[in-house]
Amino acid sequence: MFSPSDLLFDYTLRTVALGAVALGVVSGSLGCFAVLRRQSLLGDAISHAALPGVALAFLLTGSKAPTVLLLGAALAGWLGTLAVLGITRASRVKQDSALGIVLAVFFGFGLVLLTFIQKRPDASQAGLDRFLFGQAATLLPHDVALIAGVGAAALLVTALGWKEFKLLTFDPAYAATLGLPVRALDVALTSLLVVAIVLGLQTVGVVLMSAMVVAPAAAARQWTDRMATMLLLAALFGALAGLGGAVLSATVPRLPTGPTIVLCLTALVVASLLLAPRRGVLWGALRQRRSHRRLRAGAEEGSA
Amino acid sequence: MSTNGSAHAIEVNDLTVAYHETPVLWDVDWAVPAGVLTAIVGPNGAGKSTLMRAVLGLVRPAAGQVLVHGRPYAEQRRLVGYVPQRGSVDWDFPTSVLDVVMMGRYGALGWLRRPGRRERELALAALRQVGMEALRERQIAQLSGGQQQRVFLARALVQDASVYLMDEPFQGVDAQTERAIVGVLQQLRAEGKTVVVVHHDLETVPEYFDEVLLLNVRRIAAGPVAQVFTEANLRRTYGGRTAAAHPLG
Repeated sequence: MFSPSDLLFDYTLRTVALGAVALGVVSGSLGCFAVLRRQSLLGDAISHAALPGVALAFLLTGSKAPTVLLLGAALAGWLGTLAVLGITRASRVKQDSALGIVLAVFFGFGLVLLTFIQKRPDASQAGLDRFLFGQAATLLPHDVALIAGVGAAALLVTALGWKEFKLLTFDPAYAATLGLPVRALDVALTSLLVVAIVLGLQTVGVVLMSAMVVAPAAAARQWTDRMATMLLLAALFGALAGLGGAVLSATVPRLPTGPTIVLCLTALVVASLLLAPRRGVLWGALRQRRSHRRLRAGAEEGSA
Repeated sequence: MSTNGSAHAIEVNDLTVAYHETPVLWDVDWAVPAGVLTAIVGPNGAGKSTLMRAVLGLVRPAAGQVLVHGRPYAEQRRLVGYVPQRGSVDWDFPTSVLDVVMMGRYGALGWLRRPGRRERELALAALRQVGMEALRERQIAQLSGGQQQRVFLARALVQDASVYLMDEPFQGVDAQTERAIVGVLQQLRAEGKTVVVVHHDLETVPEYFDEVLLLNVRRIAAGPVAQVFTEANLRRTYGGRTAAAHPLG
């Protein structure tokens, strides 16, 4: 059975929980930009596009070091993003179709490479399929340090460019007329998203990673009308889900960590959509019933 | 940056803009005298917004040149304030009225510096000018269309520009907002600033503006309203559909 002290003393659980919390903070806060810029699907495309990068990095270097594999993932994720932008710009294909095409093509190629790797004589050593759904139990302290270190750097960049990133998100054309380098800012913000996604591949995997980006932001948006508060809340939700997922999967045998984190996030999103004051569905229904009652009362008074 | 060197606030030479293969603007020559209110008028698809976006460097022209106070726009950016169409952003963005208006200072503020007291005061003054000070903490989604329009206007005002470009600021606004915008336009002219407005309501052109550009992909006519804003020119602009100064679009 899980007891809170395990978080302190159980070595594996502590590592996994720390990694998941750090990941939740980074992807949660950076995900806010993606959600507000209506680029939620871009996150999905980037994470799926990262898969062939992992496989190619392994094939080319023969190394399974997370840093190497994640660099490959980042490059492939980046290429995927460029492909989406290129297709949208050069052809009449709309962005949603471009995202679909890139996601499917890159992911399919990644699966082909994975199968190829597993059929090789040294197959048993590969184990790259953990990047599909993530395997948080394989997190080592230096993986956690990587997530926390790179994540902190990404958040620092976000803080330094805060007002520029905010304006770019709200009104890019106006930002351009103020002389802000919108193209460069766009590239920077997208790169930050790629970083956040790649950091989560080992823990959550390419298939579910976009949930880590989108869900905390979607939940946080329900509770606040200030962007800074939204980022903090999304970071908190991401961290909570990370912690919840780590603890639950340590408690219940055979429960995989990544999907459990995503399920925790889902619970947070559903609760937020229902319960948040003003934007929540329940409050909305309640308000509507009250106002209807008032209107009816007014009408009856009028006819009396 | 300099406002010297030319009597014209904006000069557009041989400007051609095309989306894919279709020309949206064809070989437009146009000069806006400094210190006056100018309307751009023309039917839907005439390229009015595109002309504005081309002046602002937001669309790349196939040919032609844009000068602001005698020099390329890129060197004069700080002199130009922009009020985009209200529908160009998602108003369900988590931010407040005051915050949006302060965005007008982000360019002058420079990197790494956060808006402070001075920016706040400038923003509050601009909000007062458009009659929106009381709503400064309101989330922008909770504003009416006219109020949103005035927020955009205030955001441009804090830029303290010398040339203002406004894309359909009167589109679908309430009477109070219309009066507020007209008041701001006259105030700007009194301060010697130049304002160009994409405008839809032909009836109010003589009342609100000094100069007018009649545009339909090509320049039809441009100059003082009294000389240029004639029945014949309007018919040429709107293709005869608008004998009674009531365009459909």
